[in-house]
Amino acid sequence: MSAMKARVLVVDDDPALAEMLTIVLRGEGFDTAVVNDGTKALPALRELKPDLVLLDLMLPGMNGIDVCKAIRAESGVPIVMLTAKSDTVDIVLGLESGADDYVVKPFKPKELVARVRARLRRTDAEPAEELAIGDVAIDVPGHQVTRDGSQIALTPLEFDLLVALARKPRQVFTREVLLEQVWGYRHAADTRLVNVHVQRLRSKVERDPEHPEVVLTVRGVGYKAGPP
Amino acid sequence: MTRATPPPAAFVATVAWLRGQWAQFTSLWRRSLQLRVVASTLALSSAMLLVLGLVLQTQITNGLLQAKVDAALKQATISRDLVKRELDRVDLATESTDSVRDKLTSARNRLASPPPGDDGEVAPSGAGTFTSVLVDGKAGGENLASSGPIQEVPVELQTAVLQDKFAHKITTVAREPGKVTMVAVGVPVVTPSRTLQLYLLFPLSGEQQTLQLVQNTLLLGGLLLTLLLAGIASLVTRQVVTPVRQAAEVAERFADGHLEERMPVSGEDDVARLAVSFNEMAGSIQDQIGRLEEFGALQRRFTSDVSHELRTPLTTVRMAADTLHDSRADLPPVLARSTELLVDELDRFESLLGDLLEISRLDAGVADLHVETLDARAVLRLAVDAVRPLAATSGSRIELTMPDDEVDAELDQRRVARILRNLLGNALDHGEGGPVQVRLGADEHAVAVLVRDYGVGLRAGEQELVFNRFWRADPSRNRRTGGTGLGLSISLEDARLHGGWLEAWGERGAGAAFRLTLPRQQGTPLLRSPLPLPSGRAEPPPSEVAMATVPPHSRSEDVEYPH
Repeated sequence: MSAMKARVLVVDDDPALAEMLTIVLRGEGFDTAVVNDGTKALPALRELKPDLVLLDLMLPGMNGIDVCKAIRAESGVPIVMLTAKSDTVDIVLGLESGADDYVVKPFKPKELVARVRARLRRTDAEPAEELAIGDVAIDVPGHQVTRDGSQIALTPLEFDLLVALARKPRQVFTREVLLEQVWGYRHAADTRLVNVHVQRLRSKVERDPEHPEVVLTVRGVGYKAGPP
Repeated sequence: MTRATPPPAAFVATVAWLRGQWAQFTSLWRRSLQLRVVASTLALSSAMLLVLGLVLQTQITNGLLQAKVDAALKQATISRDLVKRELDRVDLATESTDSVRDKLTSARNRLASPPPGDDGEVAPSGAGTFTSVLVDGKAGGENLASSGPIQEVPVELQTAVLQDKFAHKITTVAREPGKVTMVAVGVPVVTPSRTLQLYLLFPLSGEQQTLQLVQNTLLLGGLLLTLLLAGIASLVTRQVVTPVRQAAEVAERFADGHLEERMPVSGEDDVARLAVSFNEMAGSIQDQIGRLEEFGALQRRFTSDVSHELRTPLTTVRMAADTLHDSRADLPPVLARSTELLVDELDRFESLLGDLLEISRLDAGVADLHVETLDARAVLRLAVDAVRPLAATSGSRIELTMPDDEVDAELDQRRVARILRNLLGNALDHGEGGPVQVRLGADEHAVAVLVRDYGVGLRAGEQELVFNRFWRADPSRNRRTGGTGLGLSISLEDARLHGGWLEAWGERGAGAAFRLTLPRQQGTPLLRSPLPLPSGRAEPPPSEVAMATVPPHSRSEDVEYPH
């Protein structure tokens, strides 16, 4: 048992769904807080400092995408979006605006909880590990990535993605493998998750995202780390 | 015997060149209205002018000849009287042949220069110059005396005149230089002693010259007229064709999607009416398309609204039901069973809603394809792995056959996986526990997956029906996959979205086969499938031993594949 309950901030305009989410998450041992308006999400985030945000994309007041961007602008907190649309454009838009993962309505409680847990999962007592790809240094237990001494701010998900690649420098990872290792999907899911987040990661760690040197694409297979 | 020699290269080249020219011409002929009109005008007018020219020439020739003959006959009458007067006092019967000939010659000379006075008559100038021949034909034998070129007088004419007839004939004789056509007139001259024959030969050289002139004039005139007509036809056609060509260009641009394209309207003639009608049609089409686009956008928004509005409450219900379901052990049996039913039917409701939304998206044409280059084998393997639990329940064995080499293709993973899951689910559902064969085949342009089962199969004509919405082979059969009845319709649309095919084959009792064929590169049209669809009487299910079974992940992967 962990000493402290993980706190989830639920941002949803539908009171019934928000209440049901609360019931399910509390039943699974999470602490929850609910805001039903997009504009209230940021103040709540600052006040409550949740470990994870569950964000409905269709919100009154402020569009879910905009809320997502606003949260991401000031915090690396994991964001799982709830979306009623399985249309590619909306999901990609959500991921590009900073969401780490998504669940399509209607979802089963177990599915949601699995997604939430996967994002909260932090391997405790990690060994002191220093990894490097090119001139990018990764301090695994310290959750810090630096280039030439200056820190690069990554979200936990981006950090996990980079570490997964850096740990096996010569291995080519398929998108499916990355989905399993980083997102915790047991069955192959939406590989767009990987594509979008690799782009986001590159925009932060690459000198020139058009000519990546840290995260390399292996055509037709997947990704691998650049030379150390 | 002549040896057959191959035609020389130059000849072959010429023939080829001619063929090329001919092909070019025929294609131009087919495409150019102007060329056809000009050519037709040219052909018809030259034919008409030819006939007209021939008629004119005949008329003129006949007229000229008639006039010449008339004049010649008149001249002959006058000459006869003259000769008669000259020879009136000569008794030809008693004189020697030479003497007679002298007399005849002198008479002929008189003809050549008639004394202007005797009776005031002058040879009429209309007949022109002539040569005269005077013959004492009745004398016969050696006594035949003649003066002038008797050999130029046709024999038929001589015969006729000897019978005391007044006759004429048109004849051609050889003279220096070349041949001369002439009118020969023969007239009997009655003298006291004997009847003589006078022949007058009128050369037609003057008339021939006139005719030649007429002919040349006609030819030149006809040629000029024809060219003029062709030019006029070309000009007139251009007047009509140019606006038609403009209309065609405008219509083509319109068809290319430039819906604002309109024809210029000038005047009130037929072309202007064409332009007005075209513009009206274009306007109406533009309106229709605009309305359809609006409708499409509306449909899209509706679909997305329904999606959201329905899914949010459904999520709450779903979660509530699942929470109940998790604690069903604490519930009385009736409530516990009710919870189970609730959850099962929610599953069905969910997949039905999902399928309906998908179908409506496909119908609205708002579904978009997101292709990436994938190894089709990996996609198929994942789909097969996903249905393995189902296969275990139904007792069917899945036999997967795939090429050893990577099969790269541009696929939308989500859609292709959905098609494959559908086909596999159907095969397991209807396979009656028999083996389900899955084969992947590829050629240069296409990749195909054949899913074959040995279950109940399809009745004749059901191959088409299976793709109909909510169609069920046998409503009484229990279903393991809980299909919505929309799966194959969606699969068909997904295949079409890829530019591919989804086909079914089946036979009662022999099983069914579904073949998915997709192009390896988007945009290339499919011509054939790399895998054959069973046809006719099906082969029996393969024996267990003969069949090469490929278990999943039996081959080394490019990458480590964690399990």
